Amino acid sequence: MQVGLNHYLAVSALLFGLGLYGILTRRNAVAILMGIELMLNAANINLVAFNRYVAPGALAGHVFALIIITLAACEAAVGLALVLAVYRNLETIHVDEINVMKW
Amino acid sequence: MGELAAFIILAIVTLLPAVVVVTSRNLVRAAMSLIPSFLGVTGLFVLLQAEFVAGIQILIYAGAIAVLILFVIMLTQGGTGTALRQVNEQQLVGGLVAGALTIALLGLLLRTPWPLVAGTLPRSNVAAVGGAFLTNFILAFEISSLVLLVSLVGALVIARREQ
Amino acid sequence: MNWFLEIVKAVLAALAVFTFLAVVGAMLGVYLERKISGWIQSRLGPKHVGPQGLLQTIADTVKLLQKENIVPSNADAITFNVAPLMAVVAALLAWIIIPFGPAFGRVLVVRDINIGLLFFIGMASLIVIAILLGGWSSNNKYALLGGFRSASQMISYEIPLALAVMVPIMMAGTMSTVGIVEAQRGGWLGIGNWYIFGLPGNRGLLVPGFLAFVVFLTAATAEVNRVPFDLPEADSELVGGYFTEYTGMRFALFQLGEYAEAFAMAALTSVLFLGGWHGPWLPGIVWFFIKMFALVFFLIWVRWTYPRLRLDQLLNLSWKGLVPLGFVLVLVTGWLLV
Repeated sequence: MQVGLNHYLAVSALLFGLGLYGILTRRNAVAILMGIELMLNAANINLVAFNRYVAPGALAGHVFALIIITLAACEAAVGLALVLAVYRNLETIHVDEINVMKW
Repeated sequence: MGELAAFIILAIVTLLPAVVVVTSRNLVRAAMSLIPSFLGVTGLFVLLQAEFVAGIQILIYAGAIAVLILFVIMLTQGGTGTALRQVNEQQLVGGLVAGALTIALLGLLLRTPWPLVAGTLPRSNVAAVGGAFLTNFILAFEISSLVLLVSLVGALVIARREQ
Repeated sequence: MNWFLEIVKAVLAALAVFTFLAVVGAMLGVYLERKISGWIQSRLGPKHVGPQGLLQTIADTVKLLQKENIVPSNADAITFNVAPLMAVVAALLAWIIIPFGPAFGRVLVVRDINIGLLFFIGMASLIVIAILLGGWSSNNKYALLGGFRSASQMISYEIPLALAVMVPIMMAGTMSTVGIVEAQRGGWLGIGNWYIFGLPGNRGLLVPGFLAFVVFLTAATAEVNRVPFDLPEADSELVGGYFTEYTGMRFALFQLGEYAEAFAMAALTSVLFLGGWHGPWLPGIVWFFIKMFALVFFLIWVRWTYPRLRLDQLLNLSWKGLVPLGFVLVLVTGWLLV
């Protein structure tokens, strides 16, 4: 049996689902960020797999995977800076306890 | 045969630690499990003949983002956070939604007849990717570098302690 | 069954690299370190086990093997046990792209991959995680501080390291280590085309080539946590840094990882800037080892000569000195090449 596009798509769908589960159920902001990273990785697998099997020679998938990795680095840096700032002011990084803007 | 074996091993290396990432009560272990997961994805990229993306994946994800996450977990939470409740009350709903979405995605992705094209990628795709960045994708390249700069400055401003 | 053969070959290559590193890297490295430090400090160094103390390291290893592996109470046992293995594996993986020289009609290298240098830097960055986890899981303030220092230091110095590597990559037009060494073949006495001297048709590149060599060597010294950049394990202030709590073979594994990384950095410096295995008269492999040991000697010499930097000085040197210099070097190299 050959490894085809569907195999990669299945792995990426599962990874995406796991990341989503993490985002929906975690209280800790950093853990939510980890879920987002998993989802971004799943998207990258899809991009590169489509590049390989649907449009070989185009390289658009690689380019966008690289851009996503860059943006993931930005997102992690800004997100973690925000987490640190929140922790300094509120002494918690549980997103369900950060509700001072509500009232 | 060999490719399939490698794929199965890499898929397991990617998915099993990912389960730990989203379920472990110990946040440092969760962050630690990100690393094998990222490395498994790197292996999948190598199987897909995307060596340059794979190299950048090790460097940025496993080398930088994982360290950043570990760092922030160790600075906040008083360490592992095992004494605290780590999940909210949406566990059931969240699990159902994520499971339903995964099944929908699997069904959709696997049943769509993708127009497969048999072809080969450029042999050394480092130079090819570099060329693509500076020709067809120059706008995306410039914008992402701008975003990088802005987020660098932004992260510094946000994380800096007020004097 | 081709893939099965490939796996067997990979396992054999891993064993060969591990043995080579255990012998050359750790055994000889530790011996040289102690002998040279003794020489610099007007002492004799190890003298009693074997001729001139040559077997001292083997005796030490046997001693370490017999020691109990203590896991501190309240330590995170799994992480504590995995961290030293990670450090060693990452350091060993970095070696697979180092070409030793021509032998038996081919170049002695485990794998000549076309993103070789990217792979090397990636592996070097994985060691940070091992150190951070080892320091954290020990449940010890000194170890944790050492781990934090190491993470901030190694991440800051990875950037100048990567920027300095860009200069030879741009000169050779490839990321494969074998390709880079082959591009430095020939010239006056076989040393004229080394990248530290620029390109033969473009001697203006001498300046960026040499500066990149300096930046790379500085960043590499910091990356392997050696004096004057040994803050993560500063013995006088942090007891032992991140491996304070490690005993027996796990401690030895951290040490092995560190020496393997130091030797890998020396080997890579010679590959990138000093022509790898190219040189006059002597066979290639001999030249490779001469250059590698000369650079290792340089690292040891620096270690026993200079005092340790402060953390702020260390970070300033990277962010205000080496990183801007690295960007300028990449720019100037590109400008001169076109």
